[in-house]
Amino acid sequence: MIAAAFARARAEDRAALIGYLPAGFPSATGCVRALRAMVEAGVDIVEIGLPYSDPLMDGPTIQAAVDQALAAGTGTREVLATVGEVARCGVPVLVMTYWNPVERYGVERFAIELAGVGGAGVITPDLTPEEGGPWLAACSHAGLDPVLLVAPSSTDARLARITAVCRGFVYAASTMGVTGARATVSAVAPGLVARVREVSDLPVAVGLGVSSGGQAAEVASYADGVISGSAFVRVLLEAPDGDSGVQAVADLAAELAAGVRRADPRA
Amino acid sequence: MSTAPDALSAAAAVTQPDSSGHFGPYGGRFVPEALMAALDELEQAYAEARSDAAFGAELAGLHHTYTGRPSPLTDATRLSEHAGGARILLKREDLNHTGSHKINNVLGQALLTRRMGKPRVIAETGAGQHGVATATAAALLGLECCVYMGEEDTVRQALNVARMRLLGAEVVPVCTGSRTLKDAINEAMRDWVSTVDTTHYLLGTVAGPHPFPVMVRDFHAIIGQETRGQVMELTGRLPDAIAACVGGGSNAIGIFHEFIGDESVGLYGFEAAGDGVSSGRHAATLVAGSPGVLHGARSYLLQDADGQTAVTHSISAGLDYPGVGPEHAWLKDSGRAVYAGVTDAEAMEAFRLLCRTEGIIPAIESAHAVYGAMQLGRRLGPDAVIVVNLSGRGDKDVDTAARWFAVLGDLDAPADVTAGPPGEQM
Ligand SMILES: Cc1ncc(COP(=O)(O)O)c(C=O)c1O
Repeated sequence: MIAAAFARARAEDRAALIGYLPAGFPSATGCVRALRAMVEAGVDIVEIGLPYSDPLMDGPTIQAAVDQALAAGTGTREVLATVGEVARCGVPVLVMTYWNPVERYGVERFAIELAGVGGAGVITPDLTPEEGGPWLAACSHAGLDPVLLVAPSSTDARLARITAVCRGFVYAASTMGVTGARATVSAVAPGLVARVREVSDLPVAVGLGVSSGGQAAEVASYADGVISGSAFVRVLLEAPDGDSGVQAVADLAAELAAGVRRADPRA
Repeated sequence: MSTAPDALSAAAAVTQPDSSGHFGPYGGRFVPEALMAALDELEQAYAEARSDAAFGAELAGLHHTYTGRPSPLTDATRLSEHAGGARILLKREDLNHTGSHKINNVLGQALLTRRMGKPRVIAETGAGQHGVATATAAALLGLECCVYMGEEDTVRQALNVARMRLLGAEVVPVCTGSRTLKDAINEAMRDWVSTVDTTHYLLGTVAGPHPFPVMVRDFHAIIGQETRGQVMELTGRLPDAIAACVGGGSNAIGIFHEFIGDESVGLYGFEAAGDGVSSGRHAATLVAGSPGVLHGARSYLLQDADGQTAVTHSISAGLDYPGVGPEHAWLKDSGRAVYAGVTDAEAMEAFRLLCRTEGIIPAIESAHAVYGAMQLGRRLGPDAVIVVNLSGRGDKDVDTAARWFAVLGDLDAPADVTAGPPGEQM
């Protein structure tokens, strides 16, 4: 399902757009509404964060959203329910989760139940191939795409090792740093994407920092996918009420969707 | 077994992790990919430093002329009367420069930082002792230093905030999550992900991703190595038991390590039971936690049914941590070490007793071990020899203790207090 979404985008000679929100933010139903609005406005793939108490890879914006979701009682079951509701609109849905909640829920059980509600894959930002054996087996068994991250500091040998176990796509962290909107998209990301292409045929999506149509167009000129998260969270945090939040999410998604369509066709 | 002053002695070999840092099912690396290169670099630099005699000599020189090692072993004869007559010996890490065992690891890692050519160190701190030690070593070696400290801890250990700033370090109060040690570690990790080219994360305990648990242990192993010689000299035999407090577990593993191969030596770790384990307000990770992954390694942790890290409580900031080093998890499962909880009130009882019987004001962290040793003494009887790792001094805790005992009103209450005063202590 994820591969198909990338293939569709490629057939239109553009990058795929991936939008992120944590489950339970700004509320259980508000999250589903916002994600559906994203999809209607042109997001190709949805990434739903599992709120975690110790989000090491996240900057202040996503931390604030996650704190709010946790305070409202968003647990693993609620995340699975959210995935189910969003998957019903026919878009591929991945869960983005730190490792401990998966281990706690049960590695096999999490994979099977996520696939059962229609989830397509899982992004695990703190799981390396070295520690990922049981998880990769569980994903393969459940038919989920495991997505691991590569970073600018990854050696070529590590890129080969990581991409060998990814399915669906490879998540390239554009900078050395945590999530959060940035004024400029990293200069090192194109080089990282090129290095991934040397070792893997999977689509490469770039995340960390994309918050405008212009940045989306820039990333889309060299990557197969553009991931935006903190920017969506920020417009929701700043919205005075639920309806205007959903509208702001839709507007941003439309801007980003136009961005990925504006990029120069890749060679 | 062995008296070789090296962490790879025969005794030590039984607890070496596998090549990727696993102690049985525990340890390993659960970190963002962005940090993997830095961890590999650190592992490599540490391996080279270990086999470099010049590195060892420089560290030994600092231990001797700067820290004041070897730290003495004090025969606590008056305290022993309160411990069933068992002979209690105090390993005086409180007398180290900067006031705790933390300096042993910090000097090792600071020299390693210089060796790796990095100009900046960052650290997390709970009680502030690790932060002070790091700020100290940074001043000594001319490194830039930034310390992350939970906002709650900056209040209860304000004196150490002042110390760090006097030493030239930047102290960043962390206002996320529970605003204590675990959140300070999160923030230090976030800093490290973005600054890893120029910065070494000088982690202060035996937790975190490989190679930290084994490296930090090795830098603290000198505590146990000295203890062996000192106990043999004083008593002519090995001790029956060793007692240490366990937050992340560095002072405990530092004194345990040397004795792991000596089966007659009981190893006892005492965790912070706060208001009591059954109250839910505690930080007794090994006693009441379950296996999981936090801060880059698998170990025991305090977590809820969804794997969210629990909020902990202890009167001592240095033990107020929901995780614990992976080697302790392994020692617990194997039965080689035994872990128990000591409540705030029990720790403060031992704190008071040590002040009054030996003229030593301990860190509240260390008072947990003193209480545990008193209990052990009553169980093991008057022939027993028990070593307590007195991991730090109580200067930083004077304010907390003064409030607990209301000393500005009633310093002369009897020393056999068994419970804290009613109501709020902080
Ligand atoms: C004096 C003292 N003892 C013990 C600890 C707990 O750390 P660990 O368990 O790593 O020895 C601390 C931590 O701040 C401390 O300051």
